Amino acid sequence: MTSKTKTKTKTNTSPNKHDYLRMYTQMVRIRTFEDNANQLYLAGKMQGLTHMYSGEEAVAVGICEALNDNDRITSTHRGHGHCVAKGANYKEMFCELLGKQEGYCRGKGGSMHIADQSHGNLGANAIVGGSMGIATGSALRAKLLGQDDVTVCFFGDGATAQGLLYEVMNMAALWNLPVIYACENNGYSEYTKTEEIAAGSITARAEAFGIEAFSIDGQDVLGVNELSRKLVARCRNGEGPFFVELMTYRYHGHHVGDINREYYRSKKEEADWKENRDPIIRFRGWLVEQGIATEEEIEALNEQIKQDAKEAVAYAEAAAYPDVAEVDMHVYAETDPATLQAGN
Amino acid sequence: MREITLSQAVNEALAEEMRRDPTTFILGEDVAEAGTPFKVLSGLVEEFGTERVIDTPISEPGFVGLAVGAALTGARPIVDLMFGDFIYLVMDQLCNQAAKQQYMSGGKLSVPMVLRTNLGATRRSGAQHSQSLQVLVAHIPGLKVALPSSAYEAKGLMKTAIRDNNPVVIIEDKLMYQDKAPVPEEEYLIPFGEANIKREGSDITLIGTSSMVQVAEEAARILEAEGISAEVIDPRTIVPLDEDTLLKSVRKTSRAIVIDEGHQNYGITGEIASRLNEKAFYYLDAPVLRMGAMDVPVPFSPVLEDLTVPTPERVAENARRLCAGEMIHAA
Repeated sequence: MTSKTKTKTKTNTSPNKHDYLRMYTQMVRIRTFEDNANQLYLAGKMQGLTHMYSGEEAVAVGICEALNDNDRITSTHRGHGHCVAKGANYKEMFCELLGKQEGYCRGKGGSMHIADQSHGNLGANAIVGGSMGIATGSALRAKLLGQDDVTVCFFGDGATAQGLLYEVMNMAALWNLPVIYACENNGYSEYTKTEEIAAGSITARAEAFGIEAFSIDGQDVLGVNELSRKLVARCRNGEGPFFVELMTYRYHGHHVGDINREYYRSKKEEADWKENRDPIIRFRGWLVEQGIATEEEIEALNEQIKQDAKEAVAYAEAAAYPDVAEVDMHVYAETDPATLQAGN
Repeated sequence: MREITLSQAVNEALAEEMRRDPTTFILGEDVAEAGTPFKVLSGLVEEFGTERVIDTPISEPGFVGLAVGAALTGARPIVDLMFGDFIYLVMDQLCNQAAKQQYMSGGKLSVPMVLRTNLGATRRSGAQHSQSLQVLVAHIPGLKVALPSSAYEAKGLMKTAIRDNNPVVIIEDKLMYQDKAPVPEEEYLIPFGEANIKREGSDITLIGTSSMVQVAEEAARILEAEGISAEVIDPRTIVPLDEDTLLKSVRKTSRAIVIDEGHQNYGITGEIASRLNEKAFYYLDAPVLRMGAMDVPVPFSPVLEDLTVPTPERVAENARRLCAGEMIHAA
């Protein structure tokens, strides 16, 4: 099962069995993608910097399942999860991570700049908080051009320390823009506990601008999705912006090389989140309990996704690098010369 | 031909392009009813309304960021940055975000936005409202940079900037807003990367940008009276740069001075001079000279401020010495 031909949830109706299974599938696809990406890195097959989304799957999936392909998201340095959740394919993603020509960005973006505009993903961003303006500008464009899409701006708790957030929330609130600020609070700002760098309440920051703000359990995909569907509908109705703080946890370090991290985070704490609050285990239990899927069906699904990932990784490893002639291509976009003629 | 001010020329360009393309809009501080402190935008809000001429809070990184997002998703924003000195405030949005989207996405995303701002000292505005910072943006691959030198260029380059599919920084000389020049009534655009030979000459080439084109022209008039024939060239855009026209001229005259109002150290003048040295070395009879602003923050006191920028007299003096075979520092 792949999400290639995924048809998106109607945002104004409650999810059905099919939707629940797709949410589960998408969460497992994220976890599986990250497990493979981590292995590629540890095996020395992948270069550079990468940041694992594992543990936060319910946030990306709960929100993106409330969106259509036409809705936009902006992502972060920890962006693989958003990319998968918004509908991206494994093959192009792994190719991008390995710098191959068939990657979403022809290998020029890499892990921290992966973008998939065919599904409305405006791109990961390696500047913490760097995409807050872009997301808000996308919402401004929707409003000015009378388009009904909604933009979700993903960012972490660490990014709430950037001044840009307050500039753009102010404008979004002044102009009622259809944007949802989704703050993934995983408790750590890189290698520092967020409580050491963030004074006061995070939601109160948005409320100061008159933005309706919520703080919810980011490990509960159904709860995240339910709130997201409501807020997306309200955004389309001209009631935006909104702010949602999603309490979640990052299973890996800040980046894949951040292995010995007990100086800032205990193994006990990590084990507690993984064993007792894992979003996939939780949702899987619910699916079985509700009779939506059997354990066997879920195991088969997991196996299929593992197989998909394995094939995509093998494909990406064998795929060609970009031709060296591409190094100075795409610096500037082409402009149709006819457009630049007077009278046109 | 009718004559209009540079300010009116910019205003006309914006109005024409906003009528032409409903996805264009203006965003910036005091752009609507106030029409900016320089009144360049006066009247636009009456025609296009506050939906397309949008007053923002004093949040430069914020509204430049909004422009990037709007451009990425199908609009053509025109950002008004009240003073060129505020470019420092928006560097991340401009250089890390706008400039790199096309490349980082392998050509899939583009950012058709214009950032219009200004340059120029001797307005007694102090060190934070007088800088000419074109070098900062010209250094960044992915940005185009236009420097109009008169009302004619201001209109034609602005129209091209708005239609270009890339982020374009267009920097006007704030001391020239009331200067008049002939501007045709009928529509025209000035292509990027095409220098303008303002005046032909045979002894020395004076390459001036923006405000320095007038300075170079005045220097050429001084030199003419002394029997020195100076060619004056305005590159009009520094990214892309019309190297061919500059090289052709220098190969003919064998001498050149490059004049730009940005600081001289590591500046636009150094870049252009270096390209001439690399590509026209055997044609040169004298070192290519750089004349930028002094490498000091712009002082307030008029007596001091006037010393910091190139003047026609100083350009003429340097040209005279180059033509006389002086300033060749053999070891």
